[in-house]
Amino acid sequence: MDVIVGQLFTGLSLGSILLLAALGLSLTFGQMGVINMAHGEFIMAGCYTTYVVQQVISSAGVSLFVSLAVGFLVGGALGAALEMGLIRWMYDRPLDTLLVTFGVGLVLQQLARDIFGAPAKNVLVPDFLGGGVEILGAVVPKTRIFILVLAVVAVTALAAVLKATPLGRRIRAVVQNRGLAETSGVSSRFTDISTFFIGSGLAGVAGVALTLIGSTSPTIGQSYLIDAFLVVVIGGLGQIKGTVIAAFALGLLNSFIEYSTTASIAKVIVFVIIVIVLQVRPQGLFTVRTRSLA
Amino acid sequence: MTSLIGSVRDRLGGSGRESSSLTVLAGFAVAAILLFAVAPAVLSDFRLNLLAKFLCFAIVAVGIGLAWGRGGMLTLGQGVFFGLGAYIMAMHMQLADAARMKQDVPGFMQIAGIRELPTLWQPFASAPVTIIAILVLPGLVAAVLGYGVFKRRVKGAYFAILSQALAAAMAILLTGQQMLGGFTGLSDFRAFFGFKLSDPANRQMLFFIAAGTLLVVVAIARQLMHSRYGELLVAVRDQEERVRFLGYDPANVKILAYVVAAFFAGIAGALFTPIVGIISPADIGIVPSIAFLIGVAIGGRTTLLGPVLGAIGVAWAQTSLSEQFPSGWTYLQGILFIVVVGFIPAGLAGIWPMAKGFVQTRLSTPTGPDAPAAAAAGKPAPAAGNGAARADADTTGGDAADPAKNESDDTTPDEEQKVESR
Repeated sequence: MDVIVGQLFTGLSLGSILLLAALGLSLTFGQMGVINMAHGEFIMAGCYTTYVVQQVISSAGVSLFVSLAVGFLVGGALGAALEMGLIRWMYDRPLDTLLVTFGVGLVLQQLARDIFGAPAKNVLVPDFLGGGVEILGAVVPKTRIFILVLAVVAVTALAAVLKATPLGRRIRAVVQNRGLAETSGVSSRFTDISTFFIGSGLAGVAGVALTLIGSTSPTIGQSYLIDAFLVVVIGGLGQIKGTVIAAFALGLLNSFIEYSTTASIAKVIVFVIIVIVLQVRPQGLFTVRTRSLA
Repeated sequence: MTSLIGSVRDRLGGSGRESSSLTVLAGFAVAAILLFAVAPAVLSDFRLNLLAKFLCFAIVAVGIGLAWGRGGMLTLGQGVFFGLGAYIMAMHMQLADAARMKQDVPGFMQIAGIRELPTLWQPFASAPVTIIAILVLPGLVAAVLGYGVFKRRVKGAYFAILSQALAAAMAILLTGQQMLGGFTGLSDFRAFFGFKLSDPANRQMLFFIAAGTLLVVVAIARQLMHSRYGELLVAVRDQEERVRFLGYDPANVKILAYVVAAFFAGIAGALFTPIVGIISPADIGIVPSIAFLIGVAIGGRTTLLGPVLGAIGVAWAQTSLSEQFPSGWTYLQGILFIVVVGFIPAGLAGIWPMAKGFVQTRLSTPTGPDAPAAAAAGKPAPAAGNGAARADADTTGGDAADPAKNESDDTTPDEEQKVESR
């Protein structure tokens, strides 16, 4: 029993990490159709933000919450800069955007390596997140619970922003019908930049969360990026609901397959399952119905 | 249909200027002389071996040019096929070395304490099986994956991400397999099908094999590009739905190009292993897989020779730069991706026609809908408008832009002439 609970929680925890990493993508890729390969490096920027903030504020507890805010701003600023500098010229060339943002990612990675050095950096975990909690016989680290809660908060906040605020209304309007939104007086440029800001900011938040469970290296973002993209692809574009379900499904799948085989084989099996799922639902689990051919 | 193929032909920088078979033969002759006579005479053994390695990348690039440049399939996972070929060859060479020294298992397995040869390794003790596996397996994997993906009309970004995930999965899988050398990979090969690798003459032979393979691969790619199939492939890239409505199955067209690209990559990998002397997961993961693309993009992805020259040039630049500035190369690579893909999508090959005064007609033609003129779409000159209209047709996915296209086809005497001249 405690083994199953343990694996269940490992899966949920992995799912929540994937969700945090993929949530920003579900905005930039899912809503706007931009494949931002530098998203992983925005996550990395969030990690290093935590490290820097902790150098300034020595109290680990305070610095964590400050980092969450600063990380969001740093990630968002990077994303907005990327949108204004490059992506805005390339909305009709999604595949080229992929390669261009990959180049941006390479540069950011090397910058991090030159500034902070190649060896991994560690961030102190606040005292109140030390140790674990016993749930049904399985010991669960408090940091994992914190990330799970953070993921839920982030999803709820994003959903609330999209549903209830004027900005969210504009974002949805531009996604659904750009021309009509512009005619109605919505500035699509401003909306695009804001969408990118929020999506990339969420990557920064994911980065801050990742420092709680591991050390920070320049390639940390890259290791989560592919999984995050797969989550969005499986979930289906254009909806947060699909991303949430796909993230937890992939997390649980991974943890249970990994338990019965090895970590590397689990990755391959999950990939095969994803290809099979796409056979049944080529557009992902949840799709927005359209009349377009593509 | 003729108008479709005509316009398709017209939009290709390469085949637009149809060269006679004599010029092509002359080109091949010059390349052969350069590779087989000049290079060995001028370059030291070390440099020649380096060039041989670059030629392997060029072979991969030819396949990418076909799949990505002509077929529009952004394949970010060529490392998988490259790795398949490379590891199969590595396993065979390890086993051949072990057999020569009358040992049951290769040296690294003895160190790891593996006494019995794993089942996976057993077939590759035989040279014919190895060669057949190198020629068949990568294409087979690509066919299965391509069938699963393209038949279900998974395309564009989805395909790119899937192919990349495949490369990631492959690298992770290999890193976890101790019996395939794990993280460090396989190395320390002594002989290539019985020829000692320590002998400079044999190393030169390896270079000649790589050079000959490259020439053959380029010839195959040229024939494919200039065939009816090549035109279909470009048509699928630009207007997949229209090709489907004409009664073709775009999936089959795409699968073939993908399989050929995988086939080339597998052969390149198999040559890479003896030439470089080591193969590890670091050579086939996400980053090397995408790095294959940069040379193709620089050279001109839709052209035949652009990818070859681009790949060799980039590999050469990487080797000479990363010796002096280790971090400088990563910056340069990143900046190249941003500048070349972002601002000169037709690559260096696209600059040439521009310089020749084709600016008006050519800006929209070399790479189709993703050419700069179509992207900007701000200056509707008669010919540039043609490209822009097609780009619109792409995004709306319908035939709404068709009248506009036909109209501009009719009003462009330049294009009509070219169609007739063929």
